[in-house]
Amino acid sequence: MAKITYIEHDGTEHTVDVKTGLSVMEGAIKHNIPGIDADCGGACACATCHVYVDEAWASKTGEKSAMEESMLDFAENVEPSSRLSCQIKVTDELEGLTVRMPESQH
Amino acid sequence: MADPKAKVVILGAGHAGGSAAAFLRQYGHEGPIVLIGDEPIAPYQRPPLSKAWLKGEADASSLALKDDAWYAENDCDLRLGVTALSINRGSKTVLLSPGGAVTYDYLIIATGARARKLPIPGADLDGVLELRTAADAEQLKGALGPGKRLAIIGGGYIGLEAAASARALGAWALIIERESRILARVACKELSSFFQDYHQARGVNFELSAGVDALEGEDGKVRRVKLSDGRVIQCDAVLVGVGALPNEELARDAGLDCANGVVVDLQARTSDPSVFAIGDVTHRPLPLYDRQFRLESVPNALEQAKQVASAITGHAPPNPEAPWFWSDQYDLKLQIAGIPFDADSIIIRGDRAAARFAIFHLKGDQVQAVEAVNAPPEFMMGKSLILNRKPVSRERLADSSISMKEVAAG
Repeated sequence: MAKITYIEHDGTEHTVDVKTGLSVMEGAIKHNIPGIDADCGGACACATCHVYVDEAWASKTGEKSAMEESMLDFAENVEPSSRLSCQIKVTDELEGLTVRMPESQH
Repeated sequence: MADPKAKVVILGAGHAGGSAAAFLRQYGHEGPIVLIGDEPIAPYQRPPLSKAWLKGEADASSLALKDDAWYAENDCDLRLGVTALSINRGSKTVLLSPGGAVTYDYLIIATGARARKLPIPGADLDGVLELRTAADAEQLKGALGPGKRLAIIGGGYIGLEAAASARALGAWALIIERESRILARVACKELSSFFQDYHQARGVNFELSAGVDALEGEDGKVRRVKLSDGRVIQCDAVLVGVGALPNEELARDAGLDCANGVVVDLQARTSDPSVFAIGDVTHRPLPLYDRQFRLESVPNALEQAKQVASAITGHAPPNPEAPWFWSDQYDLKLQIAGIPFDADSIIIRGDRAAARFAIFHLKGDQVQAVEAVNAPPEFMMGKSLILNRKPVSRERLADSSISMKEVAAG
């Protein structure tokens, strides 16, 4: 389990326990948190689970794959801290992680 | 018409039905939700069944849309192993088995589609499988492994994904297709030939333009496929993947308009204002293509789940989307946006030999659809060109030295 805080674009915060082994996206879907659509269910095929990860966490959330980079390149509102949350696996190290959501996933 | 206290009954606890319940709560619906499914397990994702799940890379809990506790915590009355027998629209009642009856203010039909059966002798033998449910996938998994022989009838996406997974698990695999090429109903011939070559290079066998006369067994279990030309193929299991039919009978018997699926509008509403339908079971408008169509895809199920949740709660409706699909086979990620209705030409961009290319289907200078293999920029920009109806330069689109962003900018 890791406690993860999801912050919607309007500032609404949701802090939930996510099982290790799931992805950050799956944690949001299982808790019905608005703002992460995940149309493809985690296949890295749609870029609708886009989040911003603070730089402090970058080393713990891992590297972006070429596929993820390429999908993100065409998402909206992309920043250097952008990630696809389906590609971040939850580990005990991510206890306290905060991710913020973009204005729109499309 | 938003009515936050209305009682909503959802028939079908698949991806569409489960997502509708979740979006209703997410959009603030306060009334009771009853979610009725005939499978014994809570809503789960089906796409991984032919891919990650078959290869043991996903388990039941990772497939589940929500944890089992979510339904009770969110006042969602999940009734599993229950079948709906009939809908009485006059009394707004659904008869159930087992379980008597349930009344509704709004009904959402999300009964999905079922695998088409083969009308041939032996189709009911043990070991003749289909792939729609987790139970189906469990059976298929048991039939795969080193030395096992899997005959797949139907060269569509289900068959190809299962063949790729079978090879990954060390099984022998044969695809038997009635048409002269695989993916005949859903992809252009260039894409068909690419996928056939890719599968052949990884040990999958093909019989094209081949009919199947019968399946033959020993002790009730399938052992042979008898082709129309008389040849007999030995196998340990047969996977039938020859398309799906909408589970529209309940709706039709209740007098709702049906035409290869339950006819709905862009709010997912049927011909009865109190009854909605979503997902694979619907015949829905596609404004981009100026027609009605039945889509079988998760993005469609989610879009319609949002449409119905918006209509019932008064939440802002979802933005229009271009239909899209994906398939994972080996190291290939196929992403398809749009449908090539009315297309008059194709443009191939990229390098087929390097397994990184896209096929654009155009009507004049308008992109109608794109099939992208390991090519996310082409998929993402193609999807946006389809949705925005923006004309493109055919020469620039064909030139992969010009980036997709520049092509789209015109």
